[in-house]
Amino acid sequence: MEILKLTALEIREKLINKEITALEITETYLDEIKKDKNSLNAYITLDEEGAISSAKKLDEKVKNGKKLGKLAGLPIGIKDNISTKGLKTTCGSEFLKDYIPPFNASLIKTIKEEDGIILGKNNLDEFAMGSSTESSYYGVTRNPLAIDKVAGGSSGGSAASVAGNQAILSVGTDTGGSVRQPASFCNLVGIKPTYGTISKFGVVPMANSMDQVGVFGRNVKDAAMFLDVLMKYDKNDSTSYMDTGKILRNLDLNEEVDLKGVKIGIPREFLKWECDEGIKLRFREGIEILKSLGAEIHELDMPYLEYGNACYHVLSTAEASSNLARFDGIRYGHRTENYEDLDELYTNSRTETFGFEAKRRITFGTYLLTGEEREKYYIKSLKVRRLIKEDFERAFKEYDLLVSPTTPNLPYDIGIESNGTKSMYDGDKFTIPVNLAGLPAITVPSGKVDGLPTGIQIIGNMYDEMSLIKAALAFEGGIKNGI
Amino acid sequence: MISKEDIKKLEETSMIKFEGKEKQEIIKKIEESLSRIQCLEEVDTEDVEPLYQVFDYNQKLREDKYNEEMTLTRDEVLQNTEEKEYGYFKLLNIMD
Repeated sequence: MEILKLTALEIREKLINKEITALEITETYLDEIKKDKNSLNAYITLDEEGAISSAKKLDEKVKNGKKLGKLAGLPIGIKDNISTKGLKTTCGSEFLKDYIPPFNASLIKTIKEEDGIILGKNNLDEFAMGSSTESSYYGVTRNPLAIDKVAGGSSGGSAASVAGNQAILSVGTDTGGSVRQPASFCNLVGIKPTYGTISKFGVVPMANSMDQVGVFGRNVKDAAMFLDVLMKYDKNDSTSYMDTGKILRNLDLNEEVDLKGVKIGIPREFLKWECDEGIKLRFREGIEILKSLGAEIHELDMPYLEYGNACYHVLSTAEASSNLARFDGIRYGHRTENYEDLDELYTNSRTETFGFEAKRRITFGTYLLTGEEREKYYIKSLKVRRLIKEDFERAFKEYDLLVSPTTPNLPYDIGIESNGTKSMYDGDKFTIPVNLAGLPAITVPSGKVDGLPTGIQIIGNMYDEMSLIKAALAFEGGIKNGI
Repeated sequence: MISKEDIKKLEETSMIKFEGKEKQEIIKKIEESLSRIQCLEEVDTEDVEPLYQVFDYNQKLREDKYNEEMTLTRDEVLQNTEEKEYGYFKLLNIMD
């Protein structure tokens, strides 16, 4: 039996049936990571000792006939901006290269309670600021499907680990597309649920009003199962939604699904935007698949989507500038040796070890919050954000779901985009509006262009992950059956 | 559009310094970013309220009681720095 070819659901079943042990599964995956034959660099920190210890404890539970958790035996990667007690958490930054959290994020507690095996911490753009994992202090992460190309970002390591047989599931964070875009780039399923439905307690914030934890899987069922485990109310997160438990209550992943009676909208604004011709073609084919599954598809106008990127650029940098003020070198992180007063201590500690992209965003965010610029840009963006959200509210009065390509561009060469803010800025244009409105969205592989993967993005209404997952299952089945 | 004086003020507020080539680079990047967000001006937002949060539920408060599970020990709090003494974070003297 080839362990690496099993899905997450299959691994757990075989573990329960005692066909394999947790130790065998864990060691197989650890070997792949250690070999890293394509130099993916998907992990910053590997917790071999912790993973093997967890696996052995789990095998004891199996032997003693104890009840097993929903993630029993599953090797999981965790983006390195999520706090893991006793295990280094660097946020991809030199500033935090020796930081060891004294507590676990709530979602880590959940994974451990459900017998998941955490293999290590996945690489990311520094402080989750980027779309290619190239700004990580620990080197870029390569795309397992094309190793001279980026895996995407900021959750590039999380995506590459699952796509590259170095994890079966992984956790990322998504503020403007940082789970969906790398999932699409690495031919995976990526889900960003509704804002507030996976706890952010212990997740290092970038832009709090948009940050959302998301999951990666090799197929819809695996990702949806993982999502279901992680989506829960957490009283330690003040943005947590109290009725999260009700959202996937009736989830049945074995249900036969079709899309009869489902109304799907395509925002005309999305269709007008610059996009790779191959991706447009795969998207149109994807629309035909959805139609053949019974969906009714129409175009609609959502005029304020045009301002999504600008709005996000203001709000995400403004919020990040405030969030990163905590990195002052006093309680944790790099403390400079070069200072005469307190201001120099703060300034030099940060200057010496923040990468340029982090410095750029903090500075620009600070600019937008000071003096006259605050009203002109920051407050203005918050108003435009309301208009974008209202566009979506109007759309969901008529439609069950909306669709778009996940990205306008294919995975690109490592190094080629790192000097330009323009392309990375435009690469998130389909994903960003979803975060501004706090909606759930999923990306599902939708075919290749010159051997490179593309994804279709399905967007749902607030708390309607059920419709999202059903549509994704149907679409995935449609692609597999060659409809 | 962005002067060296503007950058100096930003450096002081954000506690980040730019030296040499980076000083030119950051001016260029900020100006590029500003040109990309100018389109916001054309949106009519009269009578539109700012949207700070995407949800409508209120902050939940907790009881003002000691919660052992959510409390770190002094050692845990201090574990990520060498600059500590007498159970406190150590700093230079900031009082005259």
